[in-house]
Amino acid sequence: MLEIKNLHVKLEDEDKQILKGVDLTVGAGQVHAIMGPNGSGKSTLSYVLAGRGGYEVTAGSATLEGADILAMEAEERAAAGLFLAFQYPVEIPGVGNMTFLRTALNGQRKARGEDEISAGDFLKLIRAKAKTLQIDAEMLKRPVNVGFSGGEKKRNEILQMAMLEPKMCILDETDSGLDVDAMKLVSEGVNALRDEGRAFLVITHYQRLLDHIKPDVVHIMADGRIVKTGGPELALEVENNGYADILAEVV
Amino acid sequence: MAVPHAKLDLTEARLSGMARPQGAAWANEARLLAEARVRSAGLPTRRDEYWKFTDPASLTQVDAPRAATFDALDEAPLFDGIDRLKVVFVDGVFDADASDDLTMEGVEIERLSAALSKDIHWARDIYGVLETRGQDPVKRPLAAMNTAFATDGLAIRATGKVTRPISLIYLHGSESSDAILHHVVKVEEGAELTVLENGPAAARFNKCMEIAVADGGAFHHVRAQGRDHERRAITHMFSQIGAGATYKSFTLTANGTLTRNENIMEIIGDNAVAHVAGAAMGDAKHNAFHHDDTVFITHDALACESRQVFKKVLRNGARGVFQGKILVKAGAQKTDGYQISQALLLDDDASFQAKPELEIYADDVICSHGSTTGAIDDEALFYLRSRGVPEGPATDLLVLAFLAEAIDEIEDERLRADILGRLESWLVRRRNG
Repeated sequence: MLEIKNLHVKLEDEDKQILKGVDLTVGAGQVHAIMGPNGSGKSTLSYVLAGRGGYEVTAGSATLEGADILAMEAEERAAAGLFLAFQYPVEIPGVGNMTFLRTALNGQRKARGEDEISAGDFLKLIRAKAKTLQIDAEMLKRPVNVGFSGGEKKRNEILQMAMLEPKMCILDETDSGLDVDAMKLVSEGVNALRDEGRAFLVITHYQRLLDHIKPDVVHIMADGRIVKTGGPELALEVENNGYADILAEVV
Repeated sequence: MAVPHAKLDLTEARLSGMARPQGAAWANEARLLAEARVRSAGLPTRRDEYWKFTDPASLTQVDAPRAATFDALDEAPLFDGIDRLKVVFVDGVFDADASDDLTMEGVEIERLSAALSKDIHWARDIYGVLETRGQDPVKRPLAAMNTAFATDGLAIRATGKVTRPISLIYLHGSESSDAILHHVVKVEEGAELTVLENGPAAARFNKCMEIAVADGGAFHHVRAQGRDHERRAITHMFSQIGAGATYKSFTLTANGTLTRNENIMEIIGDNAVAHVAGAAMGDAKHNAFHHDDTVFITHDALACESRQVFKKVLRNGARGVFQGKILVKAGAQKTDGYQISQALLLDDDASFQAKPELEIYADDVICSHGSTTGAIDDEALFYLRSRGVPEGPATDLLVLAFLAEAIDEIEDERLRADILGRLESWLVRRRNG
């Protein structure tokens, strides 16, 4: 599904290398987790994959089902099936949540040469999906993320994911700012989307989220590289001992 | 103060070929006095403080600069779905055949020339009168010129709650047309009236509207200045607003080489409300775009509310100007004045100049004003794109969001939807063209 090879990335405006050769392969149906200390490059990796400006890829490649996503605009990556659940979902005053989602969905459909969804079908679909995430109709009408609590913003991200049905979902610290109940709700939303045609890359600081979203593979990232890869037990090791031991072992 | 020679020459040259239309004695006198006001002030030049940001040369030169005619056959007429009384002017001349019958319940509509030739007419108290009041403290010679020489227009008197809007439709037929239109409007006590305006009007358009809203009356105005790229227009709205009365004016502007809309409001009765708003979008890629909103609100009564909301979206060297003043006279206590002017610059070539002013002589008032100039929010843009909205439509969504506060000032839901729909289609058209 997602194949990253020797990815090197620096900041566009300064001579600062952030990713220093990331290698990662996520297969269809799999859930991979990336853990790592602050500043290890986890969020940068997610932004670069999603196509945010301000970064320069100096070497390496990233493909989604064989297609070179780094050569695509952000919207093309979305249409190709990539989705990033933001760590800090952006507030957009004046743009209604429904308008936003419908424009996004139809934008993707159009890019894929599919028919646009009718207003009626869209409404039915979003109501059903919103209900399972306990997002009320009022929230759908409000401007995108404006006045949403931290938990509401994250639930809104998962709603978007559920509506857009991407193939490759990247969750950037989706657990940050969530209380236990909200985390459970969000995790259930994610788990409901798990199927063999879809893959997840879950970026997190804490093992806690991985209790709910059970990963197949856990990677530890440090200083712009994946330094260790293992099973779910690796996350437990981090939880119990911190990163120091693992990093010492690698170095 | 003597008028400088250059200004004098300019003014004489402009007025030389013009003739004041004749009518009743009072109207002739009003026009004569107006011409004297033009001469004593002189027509504006860039050196005048009030025209510092907008060059009036093309508005004052003898002949109208040519402007390609424009017939928007590829889009449905604006306000098409709204039950309205249509009045059509072609190059500034009333077109009876294209217009609806001018009779409607609760309102008297007649051609300006007819009103101004009657010895006794209500228009006498308004024509040139409100414009004259609006000449202090700032001179507006182009409005006085309009009063002196206006060749056509309407006199509208609302006596009841008029349910159908009066829709003024301006068509442009000649590349060199130079139109001067003047409308006088009187909204009687407790009466309600909505006036709509749209269409390219002429190569050069000088339009003046004087509106007296009596106690408890309501006047709503929604205007669209559209796709005629080479438009040169100066418009003035002078209003006098009575106790408990409402005056609301909204303008949507797209394109136009030079457009200056002045709105001069005088609140004379307690508890009155005056709102004026504008949403403008300019792209100077193919033609110059310069849009100027100049507003002057005088509070001269107790507990009145005024609101100015102006938003501009500019790109490719488009220029926006806002001059807005709130004057609160001594004794106008409990005034609530609000003014916001904002520009969204979509590239480095666009520019916006704002001159917000407050002048307050009462001590128990709330007055706030703000002005901002900014670029598009990159984070928001990326967020939209990351969800699959391409850059163009994503930018348009953010533009619409930015303009929403101004458009929300349109009270009538259907009119608001119509304006919004037109704005959306113009955004798409711009993107594809």
